[in-house]
Amino acid sequence: MIIHGAAWIFGDDVDTDQIIPTQYLTLPTIREMAKFTMEPQDPYFATKYQSGGILIGGKNFGCGSSREQAPAVLKELGVRIIIAKSFARIFFRNCINLGILLIEIPQLDFVETGTDVMIDTDSSHVQIGKQVYPFVPLSDFLRKIIEKGGLVNYLRETA
Amino acid sequence: MNITEKIIAKHANLLQVHPGEVVEVAVDWCMANDVTIPLTIALFEQEFKFDAIANRDKVIFINDHRIPADDINTAEAHQKIRNFANKYGIKLHERDGVCHQIMLENYVKPGDLVVAADSHTCSYGSIGAVAIGMGSTDITAVIGSGKTWLKVPETIQIVLDGKMPKGVFAKDVILYVVKMLTASGATYKTVEFCGSLIAQLSISERFTLCNMVIEVGGKSAMIHPDEITRQYFAHTQVDWNFFNLDQPATYAQQIQICVDDLEPQVASPHYVDNVKPISSVQGIAIDQAFLGSCTNGRLDDLQEAAHFLRGKKVHPGVRLLVTPASVTIYQQALQSGLIQLFMEAGAIINHPGCSTCWGASQGSLAKGQRMISTANRNFKGRAGSPDSEIYLASPATVAASAVAGKIIDPRGDV
Repeated sequence: MIIHGAAWIFGDDVDTDQIIPTQYLTLPTIREMAKFTMEPQDPYFATKYQSGGILIGGKNFGCGSSREQAPAVLKELGVRIIIAKSFARIFFRNCINLGILLIEIPQLDFVETGTDVMIDTDSSHVQIGKQVYPFVPLSDFLRKIIEKGGLVNYLRETA
Repeated sequence: MNITEKIIAKHANLLQVHPGEVVEVAVDWCMANDVTIPLTIALFEQEFKFDAIANRDKVIFINDHRIPADDINTAEAHQKIRNFANKYGIKLHERDGVCHQIMLENYVKPGDLVVAADSHTCSYGSIGAVAIGMGSTDITAVIGSGKTWLKVPETIQIVLDGKMPKGVFAKDVILYVVKMLTASGATYKTVEFCGSLIAQLSISERFTLCNMVIEVGGKSAMIHPDEITRQYFAHTQVDWNFFNLDQPATYAQQIQICVDDLEPQVASPHYVDNVKPISSVQGIAIDQAFLGSCTNGRLDDLQEAAHFLRGKKVHPGVRLLVTPASVTIYQQALQSGLIQLFMEAGAIINHPGCSTCWGASQGSLAKGQRMISTANRNFKGRAGSPDSEIYLASPATVAASAVAGKIIDPRGDV
């Protein structure tokens, strides 16, 4: 499958308090929380972001708290794919469980927000601007979970 | 196998496991708190559509992040938690303190395998348990099925030797380790602490070390149970023979640290691995000081802070917030006169819970304000405005700084 999207750039060590700050976690729904996604990094991110855009982070994306509200608000805004130099462990597992595709590219170069991104999941290559990067695909088990839209659907359909 | 691998193998009902292998394990305890339970309830009822809990005696709910409820949304969330716990017969703690301290005081024992929907779950490595933080989908699956899958982690062994200098504490050691390993240095791995320093550390100090292993990306932490662990669990049935390793332990990496010349350490904004020796941050003015959290809210932490506050007043420009980690510790602090001492010094005492550490209640920071804190995270906006700043340090450094009105070296006052 080939997927196109615009890049949304973040730095190293973006923690889950950045993705969804503490004070919004008691809002009753993920939809309401999603209005405040990435607020400390960019107060207008949730209004500017367009569904299908590809998040690109540096090292250790999603570190810190285990709050699953972090990948959930990203999913609510329409984030389906995140590329980063590396991911934090709990965030990684939470994203897979929610059906968000994660692509790890340790040698990623810096590009501007808005740069065109093309992902070829069959040949495991990503093109960001003019630069082409190969990536190691996730294991078949994790890919199946993502294809079903997350762990809940996967367990329901494979039970 | 090292002890982490041996505990995982036992819970996977296997004789042997290897790093990288994915295994299915039974868990001894599954815990969630008031930030993560509402998601779990929605997943349990609407997504997984479970109609029963696998083993209600192994599921613990703890309200600690926003207690007592300070707005209507929180009150509604707490009511939902109460109703769910009643319906399924789940043990719910509503006023007892920070979830990790409550798990230590009441439930987890050496050799256990614990999963919980909170990242600081790794703390229970301090008593020789394998304890792993997870998200709500995973935790809900455990509540419904009693099992989960996990990848056996590689282990980084950190050998701590030397004698702790005066004015230097477990918090300074772990901040130094975080600086050395960086915020992602142990991602997917277990961090095992050993060496001659360990025998000099109480369970509380070991808890401080293991608590912050998540700040280097660690999956879990481990300290091999010893005589101090045995004394701590003298009245609990534990199979101590299990901890004799029958094969040589293997490690992916080994790091040696001697603490003899360590000075107090401070993590500067906005990253936990932005750690500097106290000498390079001295003199920075502060608006608030926080003494508490699962990292440093135990009796020994309060006692250490009290040395710097006895007969003194908190600086007029500083708010000192004190939050004991549990009601048990609160009562001990009351009985030993510590609470009276803090109040005479001008501190604000809060009810046990996560409090100022996570910034949603009890002491949020305004734009431009600066706090020194005994907590575990100094992320941008972690305790209020994204334009505020948090410095992390030991209870001694925090208490000394609260009196001085600026960050100071506690050794000048020991």
